[in-house]
Amino acid sequence: MPAQQQKWLNLFMKVLPLSLLFLLTGCSERFVLLNPKGPVAEVQKDLILWSIWFMLFIIVVIFVLFAVILWKYRERPENLDYEPPDQHGNTLLEIIWTAIPVLIVIALAIPTVKATFELEKPPKESRGVEPIVIHATAADWKWIFSYPEENIETVNYVNIPKDVPVEFKLTAVGGMSALWIPELGGQKYNMAGMGMTLYLQADHVGTFKGRNSNFTGEGFAHQTFDVNAMEKEDFYKWVKETQASAPLLTKKQFNEIIQVGVLKDKLTFSGTHLAWVDFAKPGEHLDNIPAKEKHGTIKLEEVESDHHDNREHESHQHEGH
Amino acid sequence: MKWDEFFVTGEPLIYMADAAIVLTIIGIVFVLTYFKKWKWLWKEWLTTVDHKKIGIMYIISAVLMLFRGGVDALLMRAQLTVPNNTFLDSQHYNEIFTTHGTIMILFMAMPFIFGIMNIAVPLQIGARDVAFPYLNALSFWTFFFGALLFNISFVIGGSPDAGWTAYMPLAGNELSPGPGQNYYLLGLQISGIGSLISGINFIVTILKMRAPGMTLMRMPMFTWATLITSILVVFAFPVLTVALALMTLDRIFGTHFFTLSGDGVPMHWANLFWIWGHPEVYIAILPAFGVFSEVVSTFARKRLFGYTAMVWSMVAISVLSMLVWVHHFFTMGSGAPVNAFFSVSTMAIAIPTGVKIFNWLFTLYKGRIKFTSAMLWSLAFIPTFVIGGVTGVMLSMAAADYQYHNTYFLVAHFHNTLICGTVFAVFAALHYWYPKMFGVILNEKLGKITFWFFVLGFNVCFLPQYVLGFMGMPRRIYTYPADAGWTELNVISTIGAVMMGIGFIFLCINVVYTYFKGERDLTGDPWDGRTLEWSIPSPAPHYNFAVTPQVKGLDAWWMMKKERKEGKEEEKPEYKPIHMPSNSGRPFIMSIFFFIAGFGLVFEWMPVAIIGLIGVIICMILRSFEYDDGYYVPVEEIKQTEAGRE
Repeated sequence: MPAQQQKWLNLFMKVLPLSLLFLLTGCSERFVLLNPKGPVAEVQKDLILWSIWFMLFIIVVIFVLFAVILWKYRERPENLDYEPPDQHGNTLLEIIWTAIPVLIVIALAIPTVKATFELEKPPKESRGVEPIVIHATAADWKWIFSYPEENIETVNYVNIPKDVPVEFKLTAVGGMSALWIPELGGQKYNMAGMGMTLYLQADHVGTFKGRNSNFTGEGFAHQTFDVNAMEKEDFYKWVKETQASAPLLTKKQFNEIIQVGVLKDKLTFSGTHLAWVDFAKPGEHLDNIPAKEKHGTIKLEEVESDHHDNREHESHQHEGH
Repeated sequence: MKWDEFFVTGEPLIYMADAAIVLTIIGIVFVLTYFKKWKWLWKEWLTTVDHKKIGIMYIISAVLMLFRGGVDALLMRAQLTVPNNTFLDSQHYNEIFTTHGTIMILFMAMPFIFGIMNIAVPLQIGARDVAFPYLNALSFWTFFFGALLFNISFVIGGSPDAGWTAYMPLAGNELSPGPGQNYYLLGLQISGIGSLISGINFIVTILKMRAPGMTLMRMPMFTWATLITSILVVFAFPVLTVALALMTLDRIFGTHFFTLSGDGVPMHWANLFWIWGHPEVYIAILPAFGVFSEVVSTFARKRLFGYTAMVWSMVAISVLSMLVWVHHFFTMGSGAPVNAFFSVSTMAIAIPTGVKIFNWLFTLYKGRIKFTSAMLWSLAFIPTFVIGGVTGVMLSMAAADYQYHNTYFLVAHFHNTLICGTVFAVFAALHYWYPKMFGVILNEKLGKITFWFFVLGFNVCFLPQYVLGFMGMPRRIYTYPADAGWTELNVISTIGAVMMGIGFIFLCINVVYTYFKGERDLTGDPWDGRTLEWSIPSPAPHYNFAVTPQVKGLDAWWMMKKERKEGKEEEKPEYKPIHMPSNSGRPFIMSIFFFIAGFGLVFEWMPVAIIGLIGVIICMILRSFEYDDGYYVPVEEIKQTEAGRE
């Protein structure tokens, strides 16, 4: 093999691990998966980093072996008469390279199973704190959050108190969606006719991005929401204000909101739709949603202008804090 | 239905495609007529039952589909290069990623692999054809017409747009009205028949038609891979068939298996889809492992290291592949115990896969490694697939997967395994077996240019996508805001995709160049090969082996060559007439009827569907009353063909 190609091959072998290192070292704000703002995301980050070290070890071992073997046993003008030996295998070596992956799998499986069980419950950091229940309903293509205890409903944003576990009750009106707030923790599906629970918690004050991460058709890319984590006092102040001043959610208005289409407005209401319908119950899906029109009904310009929508909602806008 | 609803209208890209299709058809018809090739086309190709010709047709179709899927991919990359791009609208983008996924898996990877199997397996085991040559032709033509049905959707009626996974309720009538999703269901259903038949065919071929002396543990590794893959096909594809049929009933006949109304359970679709879908990715990857084993062993000039372990690890992978489907939806809330089980079973796949990686490395160890194009593809597979493998292990950790799921980390992972596994393998196989198919060797220089563009392009394209996953970029979004911070990496990714496209163009140039100026393979054994396919002339004569070979061990041809070198006297071969199957046009015609039936169902025009189905049934009845015992190749003809070799 010409020297030129060998050089390329070597370069290639160097670029691969480097790009992975690039992945690992960038724990900046932009790497939301490695930038947890709550205990659930923290558990997941620890698990991810734990696995990355093992994976890097495997990659390094194999890449080094690979490069050395290729270099040493490449065909050269001077070794053309070399006939490789007739090796059948080596039981000891094969046992070793079966055993090492087994050990690595065990090392990864134990914390994985532990974390998987742990995440089904409220975070252990806030044991004893009563979780706040929020119903998160995905409709094509907006998010509806209902606070049954507080009797508040918000659209496309959700306010939560810091250091209190949030028990999201997930369901959907149309397609299967997934509630995902990467900085607070991983996702779970929202399904029509099904109710599921996802525990998340913020231990920092701030606004975090949330979205539907499971494809549901045309407006899917725009189905995002803001999570505002606030101090407890601020949160309860907001609850009181909203209960007092936000318009009451009517059935008519709610049915308008859940029509298929992108809705970028952030809306706030007193009262929740749970009073007359719970989409988590089987059979409560929507028959009155008109079939969507095909082909290019959503253009980006329209989505941008949705902020100054022509829909007249008599709700007041609330951006959190 | 009005005509402007029947044809897709309103998109300049589509009008260009319309024009291109019409011109291509006119061109093909003109060329065939001008050169008086219609009869040749019918006699040599459309009615053939020769496994090598069927293999070639599979590969040509797969390369065309690679082109189509690749154009889809480039369009997507173009759209995602910059934020707030308006090159494609949402609907168009959704259709493109749906067809990209479906085509690449079912109409590119699968047929490419079946093509390679068709060409190599009978030759590797010293057989004269597959066990059921007629069925083999039917496999190809049902695949072909299924793929055709799926592909016309983008000019007639509109493409499916619910993703290649077609999750319910999104893929149901309420949220995806129109013929698009029906195309998906019927196209896959018809080509699925072909896959299932192929699976059965290869199991029987390998179990019943090996040359004398070739015990199971003396079979070449690619043949082993094919056997295990075929068993997976036979277990997995019926699940897809049923799932597609149920969704078809839901959409066309108003049943409620997966619908929201009428107590249907959409989650059942996800389960059935992945009970097929996960074995399916191993159906795509195990033959790749087989190809790499052959190529690595040939060009390192060494016997495959740890043959027995290689076989058993493949068996282990195939068993485990049936037990991991839930890892595609850890986030569906099956509960911790279920997720934990599927987490661990998924991780366990890393163990046999790791064994294979090390065995390949130690096949290279102490070898004399020759860097041919086929070998380069196989070598590049090892490091790149390791990255795909370890990220797979990371994804298998359920609690962490809640974060990775539906992100570009996942997208990068499965492209990393499917491209570095399957695509590298079929390219390696194409270079490796090309002389056996056509009697000419693909140009090495162009092959290496293809390789470097494609492999570097692959890494430039997909490594940034892992990072994008960590930055929270979800898959299947058609646009993103500028402040998301994903722009730079998306630009890099697009550059990589373009490089892969350039690599593909060089592959096509290579095929054309080789056709006119390629080096002829006069020996039949251009690589100093080890397995039986290299013991016969290139291209392989239609009856394959003039005399059935006697197998005395693994790497049968290598052993024969060694014995020859040691000066062992060979018996002069005594030719006998060879029994071969006759050509038949019925698989082709029957598949046309399948196409008509499928097309009728897509548009819910029942009379058309019924006519098509009646045609299919008539073809079957005629076949049942057919008495054709094939024909004999006379000794004279064998002598003549074999003499040309000296």
